[in-house]
Amino acid sequence: MADQKRRGQIKQAPENFVSQDLIADLNQNGMDDTRRGFMRSGFMAAIGGAVGLGSSLNVLAAGEGDPAILEKQVWQTTLGKNVATMPYGTPSIYEANLIRRESPGLTRVSAASVAFTPLQGLFGIITPNGLHFERQHQGWYNVDPEKHRLMVNGLVKHNRVFTMNDLMRLPSVSRIHFIECGANTGLEWGNVAVPTVQYTHGMLSCCEFTGVPLAVLLEECGADLKKGKYLLAEGGDGSGMTRTINLEDVLNEAIVAWGMNGEMLRPENGFPLRLVVPGVQGVSWVKWLRRLEVGDMPYATKDEAVHYNDLMPDGMARQYTSIQECKSVITTPSGGQQLLDKGFYNVSGLAWSGRGKIKRVDVSFDGGNNWKTARLETPILSKALTRFNIDWVWDGSPVILQSRAIDDTGYVQPPIKMLRDVRGTRSIYHNNAIQSWKVDSNGEVSNVQVG
Amino acid sequence: MYKLAKLANVTLFVATSFLMLGSASAQNSSVRFPGIGRDATPAEVSAWDIDVRPDFKGLPKGSGSVEKGQQLWEAKCSVCHGTFGESNEIFTPIIGGTTADDIKTGRVASLSDRKQPQRTTIMKVATVSSLWDYIYRAMPWNAPRSLTPDDTFALVAYLLSLAEVVPDDFVLSDANIAEVQKRMPNRNGMTLKHGLWSSKGNPDVHATACMTNCVQFVQIGSELPAYARNAHGNIAEQNRQYGPFRGSDSTKPPLTKLPGASAEGLAHASETHAAGKGPAALFKSENCAACHAMSGKLVGPSVTDIAAKYQGQAGALDRLMAKVKNGGSGVWGSIPMPAQSQLSEEDRKALVTWVLSGGK
Repeated sequence: MADQKRRGQIKQAPENFVSQDLIADLNQNGMDDTRRGFMRSGFMAAIGGAVGLGSSLNVLAAGEGDPAILEKQVWQTTLGKNVATMPYGTPSIYEANLIRRESPGLTRVSAASVAFTPLQGLFGIITPNGLHFERQHQGWYNVDPEKHRLMVNGLVKHNRVFTMNDLMRLPSVSRIHFIECGANTGLEWGNVAVPTVQYTHGMLSCCEFTGVPLAVLLEECGADLKKGKYLLAEGGDGSGMTRTINLEDVLNEAIVAWGMNGEMLRPENGFPLRLVVPGVQGVSWVKWLRRLEVGDMPYATKDEAVHYNDLMPDGMARQYTSIQECKSVITTPSGGQQLLDKGFYNVSGLAWSGRGKIKRVDVSFDGGNNWKTARLETPILSKALTRFNIDWVWDGSPVILQSRAIDDTGYVQPPIKMLRDVRGTRSIYHNNAIQSWKVDSNGEVSNVQVG
Repeated sequence: MYKLAKLANVTLFVATSFLMLGSASAQNSSVRFPGIGRDATPAEVSAWDIDVRPDFKGLPKGSGSVEKGQQLWEAKCSVCHGTFGESNEIFTPIIGGTTADDIKTGRVASLSDRKQPQRTTIMKVATVSSLWDYIYRAMPWNAPRSLTPDDTFALVAYLLSLAEVVPDDFVLSDANIAEVQKRMPNRNGMTLKHGLWSSKGNPDVHATACMTNCVQFVQIGSELPAYARNAHGNIAEQNRQYGPFRGSDSTKPPLTKLPGASAEGLAHASETHAAGKGPAALFKSENCAACHAMSGKLVGPSVTDIAAKYQGQAGALDRLMAKVKNGGSGVWGSIPMPAQSQLSEEDRKALVTWVLSGGK
C-alpha cells in the first residue's frame, strides 16, 4: 500500500515539486528553456497528483510528455523485494478484482453451491488453479493424502485397493481438457438473468490434468468390459458423490488424476484424486475419488435421478444427459464491461466441444445477420478450450456481438430459439446457445438475447 | 468403524467377491505392475460398497415404519426440510406436486405444467432406490453416514407416506421395496432417448452456419431489467481497473457518453480493493455461514437472533467464545454446534464480538 501512495507523480507538497537536484542545478547554472520545461512539468505533475491519477493525460497535453516516462517511478529507484518474499506466489495486487464469485441467491448454503470463474479477465485456454470454478455438494475438505484410498470393485477379477503411493507410481499421462458444469448458462434458459460472463459461463475451466488412464487401472483389476458397460464413480466426501460413467464412450480418454496445471489438485477441486472425463459435464468428474465400481446397468444416483436431468416440455426428463455440446462465448468485451473509446479492439473468446475439436468460430457484430470467421489460436485440442480472436474497429454505434462455434463433427452451435423450440425453457442443463452481448454507444456492454 | 456391522449383512454380491478373493488369494495379483496395489478384503469392500441400484442390488436387509421415520425426521431432518418435507428455506422441497393419479400412471402431470412453481424431489425421482441410496450415504447434511439401514428404511417410508405412495401404517423393507417402486409417481418419467449419453449420440438441433444476411430483423427478446443492474455487486470491482475492458459501475446509472481514453469517471487500478479481511470474511471462510445466516434460521440461529438474545448480558462474550471453542447444544434446537477448535483465540474473539454486535 505504501508503494501505491508513492507511485506516479504524487509529490509531498507543492513547494517540493522541484527536485533537490534541479534546485542545485539552477543555483549553479541559472534558468534556461530546458530547465524551465522541467519546472513546468514538475509543477503540472504536482497538480495532476493532487487532482487524481487519472488526469495524467491532461498533463501530457500541457507538458513535455507523459510523467509515467519523464519521472522516475519508485520501482525504478528503490530496491525491490527479496526472492521468496511470497513463497507461494500470488497475483499482483492490481488483479484483486479477478476472483471466484458466488451468484447471490443461487443457493441458500455455501457448502452446496457454486463459485464461478472470472472468464472476463482470463487469457489463453488454461484456467489458473486458484480461479478454477467450484461446485460443492456437501462442502470441501483437505483430505489427508496418506489416508486416501482408491478401491476398484464390481465386475472385476480382483477387487483392488490403491494408495496414493501406488497410483503415483503408475504410468501417467498429462492432457489438457475443459470441464464445464452441466448447469453452466442454465440460468439463461428462459431469459437474461445475470449480468456478466462470469455468471453466464463461469462454470467452465480448462487445465492440464495428470494421472493414470482409467483403462490402465481397470485392466489391471481385470475388469469385465464386455458385461461392464457402466462405471460408478464415488467420492470420499460427506456427500459420497456418485455418478454413472458411460465406459464404452469414455474408457479410452478418462483419467484418474492427481495433477492439475503442474501441481497437485487443489482441495476444492478434489485433492488428492479426481476422475477426469473429457467432454462430459463436470458433475461426473468425481472429486476425492475413492471408489470405482464396474457394473452392468446405470445406478440412478441422486445426481442422475433428481438433478442433472433435462426436463422436456412434455414433462419427460432426459436422464443421464452427459455430453457438453459445442459452445462458445466472447469473453472480451462481455457483459458488464465498459469500453473507453471508439477504435480498434481485439475481440476474444473461448470455444469448446464435448464431441471433439473446434473446427471454426464465426463472430457477428450485428446480432447474427452477418458473420466473419475468427482466428483460432493454437493449440486446438480435442475436448479442450480453444481461444479465438478477431479484429474489430468500433465506430461508436450500438452493436450486438455473437460467436458461433463449429466442431469437427460438423455440429453448429445453435441460437437460443432453436434450443427452446425443442427443449422448452425449463431444462436447466446443457444450454449451449449462442451468447449475445450488446455494446451501447456509451461503451457499456450488456447481456441480451436476440430472436 | 462400521466394518463389523457391515459384515453382519453381507450381500450375495459381497459373498461372490469373497469367493473370488479366495481363489485369487495372493495379496498382489498384478502382473503388469508388480508391487502396486493390493486386493481388497471383504470387510473393506462392504464398508465402502454401499450403493443401491434401481434393481436393488446392494440394498441391505432391514425395515422401518412410517411412524419411526417420522420420529427420526423430526429429530434429524425437519430442521432443514420442514416437518412435511415441504420447506423451501434451505433446499428445494422434497414433497409436493404429485397426485393419486400420478401414482396410477407413473407420470407426474405437474411436470408439464409451466405454472408449477417448484419441482420437488418426489415429482422428479423415478426410482425409490435413489432416495434410499442418497439418504443412507449422505444424510443428514451435517452428519453423513450416521443413519443405520433400518433408519433409512423408516425415513424413506415416512417421505413416501407424505406423498401418499404408502399408507401411514406402512413398514418399508427390503422385501417389499420392489412393490413400492411400482407406485412411484414419476416412475415412467425418464427417457434415455437423447444424444447426450454418448459423444457419438445424435444432436437434437441442427443449426447451419449462414454467413451473410441471415436474420432480417434483429430483435432483442430479453435483457437485464434495470432493477437487477447491481444485483451481482458492483461490476466495476469484478473487472480489471486498467486495460481496455473495465467493468461498468453498476452502483450508478449507465454513463451518458463514452469515458474516452483517460477513463474519466471510472475507478482506477490504484483503488483496487484487496480481498476482504476481518470477522465477516472469517465468518465465511471458517464455515460459520454453512449453518448460520445473517438473518433467518438455517441449521443454527442467525447472527441477528444471537445478538438479540445476548444483548446487554454480562459475560456473553466469554460464554459464547467458550461455546464456539468446545461446541454446544440445546440452546436453539436439537442440532448440536460442533466444536471449532481450529480457530485461534484472536479469531474466535473477533468472530464472537462481531456476532454479538449483530454483524456490524
